[in-house]
Amino acid sequence: MALALCVLSLCSLFIGVADLSLSSILDDPQVLVVSRLPRTLAALLTGASVAVAGVILQLLVCNRFVEPATTGTSEAAILGLLAVTIWAPAWPILGKMAVAASAALIGTFGFLALTRKLPPEQPLLIPLVGLIYGGILGAAATFVAFQADLIQYLGVWMSGEFSGVVAGRYELLWLAGGAALLAYLAADQFTVAGLGRSASLSLGLRYHQVLALGIVTVALVSALVIVTVGVLPFIGLVVPNVVSRVMGDNLRESLPFVAGLGAGLVLLSDMIGRVVRYPYEVPAGTVFGIIGAAVFLQMLLGRRSYA
Amino acid sequence: MMKMSELSYSVSGTDILRDISVEIPARGMTALIGPNGAGKSTLLHLMSRQMEPMSGQVVIDGQDLATITAQARALKLAVVAQHLNIASRIRIRDLVGFGRWPHARNRPTAEDRAWVTDAMTHFDLIALQDRFLDEVSGGQRQRAFIAMAYAQDTEWLLLDEPLNNLDLHHARSLMARLRDMADHQGKSIVIVLHDLNYAISWADHVVALRAGRVAFEGPVQAMATGENLSNLYQTPVAMDHVDGRPFARYHR
Repeated sequence: MALALCVLSLCSLFIGVADLSLSSILDDPQVLVVSRLPRTLAALLTGASVAVAGVILQLLVCNRFVEPATTGTSEAAILGLLAVTIWAPAWPILGKMAVAASAALIGTFGFLALTRKLPPEQPLLIPLVGLIYGGILGAAATFVAFQADLIQYLGVWMSGEFSGVVAGRYELLWLAGGAALLAYLAADQFTVAGLGRSASLSLGLRYHQVLALGIVTVALVSALVIVTVGVLPFIGLVVPNVVSRVMGDNLRESLPFVAGLGAGLVLLSDMIGRVVRYPYEVPAGTVFGIIGAAVFLQMLLGRRSYA
Repeated sequence: MMKMSELSYSVSGTDILRDISVEIPARGMTALIGPNGAGKSTLLHLMSRQMEPMSGQVVIDGQDLATITAQARALKLAVVAQHLNIASRIRIRDLVGFGRWPHARNRPTAEDRAWVTDAMTHFDLIALQDRFLDEVSGGQRQRAFIAMAYAQDTEWLLLDEPLNNLDLHHARSLMARLRDMADHQGKSIVIVLHDLNYAISWADHVVALRAGRVAFEGPVQAMATGENLSNLYQTPVAMDHVDGRPFARYHR
């Protein structure tokens, strides 16, 4: 897996509108250092952290069919971004990010509060409620953006793509990667939380602390990714499900694979997006949306069930 | 000994449990019985602090459960819930292994691993240990969760209707195993049971709840009378004795 990621990353460095060959790097490393390398790193960091956020959310909600982009987290972050764009447009990016992350946090807690009221025997209700909840928040965002003449911004935030990534404009993603790495330290805690509230309390897990840690990670990653590259749907849903199908949900074993697969798939989507309409680009989010939807449908329909 | 005093619990103004004061003796098996909606599961949850009572307290060996840490509680008492629909794909071996979590956290020792193997052997799970939880039947999953609680090696073991998904063979061998743990390992077991005959033929002590109050409680041999049980379930129950144990006839 690590090898595949390295090969992908190397290829990514040499794909793009500006020609780049080994000899030209030596003459003028500008394109590599300013554009290609940051773009490759951004895709890897985004994919890894979004996939990790997805699996954490799934374990905390005890539901396989949720991800931050379908539970109102992304929409809440966008509402926060809108608010700060309207009222404090001069704030530095870090301040905007903090507002977006706080809004995402509130939005995610709102979703959790909703799911607590749902009957556990109906697992599909949770993603449905998430979609409706996200839809309402999204509609509010559209309304506000329309009133404030910011619809264009909304478009940028809603479709994740990496063409705008250059050195100096993606470094926040390292924070997202750091948050995902930090989550790995609590891998066992999240796995236990995934066994449900009752079992985790019986095992002496400080359930509410773990819940809070997880939600903060999810909100932070979502906000950071939206601020820098935009929403990338399906990554947080598909990647954890694929890994879970193969190796289960013991995060201590599976989290590195979740991160790796997420990183690889996002990078691959971005590379496909770069070449499919060369010299124009298709957003990575769109490419992955198509792949992800197909994979997810396949997983839903191909579920094996036992007694 | 577990001493509950004046426990009350209500949900949006409706009383589920009112002024429950019961003492449950240590080292033995206590059955919680009563009709649907009597508050049995709620009481079990309050005992284990999975839910917090509106008022009252639970004291084990002189220690108020509300004042000790989650980990200290997990070393004293393990709970097996009734609804085990979890989305997580965990191997049976890993699930049972998490029973050692309160003891070892992230660093299981050889002793912890021995406990896990022991638990899987007792609950007939060795052949299933590499399977994921969603690849086994409801009864097998139930056994896996009970094995996890067994591996937790606590003095108190609380089970909410553990026989629900079990076939005759596994239901009976589970009760025998619990009986053995009470008799020979000094465990204190509290078990919510729907099947009246399982309750009165295996337990030492019975706590009967009706409409959120204690209807009667005490040693099974003294309390399991036709009159008590008929009143409890509002259904005629006649008592027999089979092999020296009480046996209830209510099927028709």
